[in-house]
Amino acid sequence: MLLKLKGGTVYDPANNIDGVVRDLYVQDGRIVAAPPPAQHIDTEYELTGKVVMAGAIDLHTHIGGGKMNIARAMLPEDHRAAPIERTSLTRSCSGHAAPSTLATGYRYAELGYTACFEPALLPANARHAHMEMGDIPNIDSGGYAMLGNDDFLLRLLAEGAEQKVINDYVAWTLDATQCIGIKVVNPGGISAFKFNARKLDLDEQSPHYRVTPRRVLGALSLALHQLGVPHPLHVHGCNLGVPGNVDTTLSTISGSEGLPLHLTHIQFHSYGTEGARKFSSGAAQIAEAINRNKNISADVGQIMFGQTVTASGDTMAQYRNRKLADPKKWMVMDIECDAGCGVVPFRYRDQNFVNALQWSIGLEIFLGVVDPWRIFLTTDHPNGAPFSTYPHLIRLLMDKTFRNEQWAGLHPEAQAASHLASMNREYTLYEIAIMTRAGPARTLGLSDRGHLGGGAAADITVYREDKDREKMFSAPDYVFKDGELVARNGKIVKVIRGATHTVKPAYDRSIEKRLQRYFERFHSLRMQNFAIDEQELYECGSSGLLVHECRKAV
Amino acid sequence: MIQSEETIHTSVPCPFCGLACDDLEVRVADGRAKVVANGCPRSVALFEQEALAQPSIEGRPVSVAEAIARAAEILRAASQPLIGGLAADVNGVRGALALADRIGAVVDHVNSRAMLRNLLALQDSGWIATTFAEVRNRADFVLVVGAIEQRFPRFFERLLPRESMFVAGNREVVYLGEGHARPPVTLPSGTVWQSIACGYESLAEIFAALRSLLGNRALQAVQVGGTSIVDWQSLLERMKQASYGVVVWAAAEFDFPHAELLVQAMSALVTELNETTRFAVLPLAGNDADLTASQVITWQSGYPVCVNFAGGTPDYDPHRFSVEAMLGNAEADALLWIASFDPDRLPPQTSVPTIVLGRPGMRFASPPAVYIPVATPGLHHAGHFFRSDNVVALHLRKLVDSALQSTAETLTQIATRL
Repeated sequence: MLLKLKGGTVYDPANNIDGVVRDLYVQDGRIVAAPPPAQHIDTEYELTGKVVMAGAIDLHTHIGGGKMNIARAMLPEDHRAAPIERTSLTRSCSGHAAPSTLATGYRYAELGYTACFEPALLPANARHAHMEMGDIPNIDSGGYAMLGNDDFLLRLLAEGAEQKVINDYVAWTLDATQCIGIKVVNPGGISAFKFNARKLDLDEQSPHYRVTPRRVLGALSLALHQLGVPHPLHVHGCNLGVPGNVDTTLSTISGSEGLPLHLTHIQFHSYGTEGARKFSSGAAQIAEAINRNKNISADVGQIMFGQTVTASGDTMAQYRNRKLADPKKWMVMDIECDAGCGVVPFRYRDQNFVNALQWSIGLEIFLGVVDPWRIFLTTDHPNGAPFSTYPHLIRLLMDKTFRNEQWAGLHPEAQAASHLASMNREYTLYEIAIMTRAGPARTLGLSDRGHLGGGAAADITVYREDKDREKMFSAPDYVFKDGELVARNGKIVKVIRGATHTVKPAYDRSIEKRLQRYFERFHSLRMQNFAIDEQELYECGSSGLLVHECRKAV
Repeated sequence: MIQSEETIHTSVPCPFCGLACDDLEVRVADGRAKVVANGCPRSVALFEQEALAQPSIEGRPVSVAEAIARAAEILRAASQPLIGGLAADVNGVRGALALADRIGAVVDHVNSRAMLRNLLALQDSGWIATTFAEVRNRADFVLVVGAIEQRFPRFFERLLPRESMFVAGNREVVYLGEGHARPPVTLPSGTVWQSIACGYESLAEIFAALRSLLGNRALQAVQVGGTSIVDWQSLLERMKQASYGVVVWAAAEFDFPHAELLVQAMSALVTELNETTRFAVLPLAGNDADLTASQVITWQSGYPVCVNFAGGTPDYDPHRFSVEAMLGNAEADALLWIASFDPDRLPPQTSVPTIVLGRPGMRFASPPAVYIPVATPGLHHAGHFFRSDNVVALHLRKLVDSALQSTAETLTQIATRL
């Protein structure tokens, strides 16, 4: 089966192609070089005047696992307000802020996304998360295993274990949970909350273990570096949402000692304490720090106004925010001496000073970070907003006039506290292609995704050019997943299973002896029943394992 | 295949209650399983049960193919089918939901009344919850509300062992409810035990009183639920002194109207205790794979249970869309009942044609329209099962060869014949 995508305007930053008209050829799910003129083309798509990019990749979106399913169960109103009808091809499903797995897959594919990464996969809940991701059609998925609040790592750090043991444990975790990266959420803080601590600063010793969050960050980021895992430590820092946390974030950056770190939903970690309301934008300082420190990348976690639900591993922060729940219900859970989760429904309001400023802070960071390869487009779905708002967000980034119109409707004091209106930058299509395709693929080590060069997987999205960028990005003309047309004009035309992205760094398996004893002595299940092997992943619903290369640091 | 040799399976996960203990040893010889270590009455009975597996139509023996054809015929003719029981592994529930969406069925679980006591409280106010490994390693105070041991036989042994990571000294366990004048035999020695006798009808009042005392609100009553306020105050003080307290219940036990309000009151007390210390709830469930079903229904449809697909979109109503209500209101004309774990989970007596996908050995009062014996997950085939804490899923194993088909396979075959 040979496809020809003819005459589209291609934006392929990984191959330095910025708006060049060219033909693409697809064979057996891969992009191939132009065949000899005589070769029969099975299907030709005429794409003159259309914009062609690789399939989009979301590197931070809470698509599946325990906390999202609690959010769904807790919020029937979210589903009642957003039913999706069964068709001859697709199943009925529902949900806006907490869409069901089926709704998630359909909607992501309709927006031109072909891979999504669940960033908070608790090792204890890994099997569940993979089963949910197995029921998300039409996109590939992957997970970041959460470490840094698990008793096993904290006790290793407390006893001063050598880095090699930590590396083996990190690699074993990636292997046992079938994940592609490691995330740390409020390092040590989720554990500290179980010991009744209500805050834990970057250099504060945690209860029981006497280990600082900074030490946790250092050990995990070094482990990933030494194991050669492509994606750096994915950091949800200390003090999420707390005014003044900009200092914590700056100190996290300066303390990284040159090791790569990815700071996630950095908008929630960029707050100062200036002004009468003791809440101000730290966006300029954060953007400046990212610009200066080339080892740092970030995704924004933009907020959008309206109803959503926050679902986070950060029990300490979620408990702190419980009184802001809207509607008034919330839950928090301590989980398996491993981590935790908290679900707090939330409604962001443009006439609320704090919410309006949060919106501005996110956009200020987007516009202030110069290098689009190190900043990624996220709303921390659904915490800042559901991912279905991405087209609107893209328009805010690409269209200064539109952005300033939106800004003018905000709480007046929030306007006075932000310099957003003076920022003239408008993102180009090339930059959007970097931050939603090439950049995520590069940081995750997906060598054959996020670009349109020969040999790449034929994950391709074709948009109809439109000055209204929200409209343009809402309903792509064509979405190809591994060479198969899965969506046309923003509607699903084919349903397929997704695969699972992982890494498999080499490690010393003797760590399992120690883990086995630990599991039997203290855990609620045995090590062999904890770990997930490849065969089981298929039972979970995955169509296959996509293992990406780890390059060991010299 | 004939298994003539004896095989010992170790660290076997058990799907026959929500504890999902995974330390069983099961010996398989001549195609029969025997629990040789760490069994309990439930696991021994359900791992070892053997029965004739004969499909039937109206009680008349038929082939599997004939039974499937008849089942499809019944469902095709139905204008409002029900899918109930729903005791199946993850793939079985996936199959049931795909079918339900296609035929416009109402989906319910045999334990939904009990599950909703927790779910309605979660949907109205939420809670602070915990999981097994946290209880095992942190809980220095455990308040058990209502009986749990019959449904969860190894609870005390598995969750409150002597050794833990963080509990200094002895744990204290307080039982509130009927029975249990003496400590359960499975409670590890050294545990401080107290039993406070009260009828379940007093529980809501007791928790209201405890919440008032915690909030320093004056009470006129001198006793509540047969126990003096002084004693409740003493209990509350010990709870406040706990480092990590847990309130445990099995909602299935609270079989009285509006038990969700009791769940809400217990959860509210726990939340309020967190102003000064750490406390959490541990609602016990998971039997008959009720949480397994609820998890899958939730992630696929958006609603936890009692979902109607008849209108082309999922619709949720915990009161209207139950098997009981739909049959009671004569709103259904076919019932597909799934019971792949426990042959005692029989379908309700009804005049509408009933298709049963069940474990061999089900004893019906009157034969259903169609009975298709199916394999048991965790015994005859691999599968996934959610534990009581709703976080940990176990990968069930195939231990014994069986000619029986899984629930998922059977549902797929029915669907292809619609």
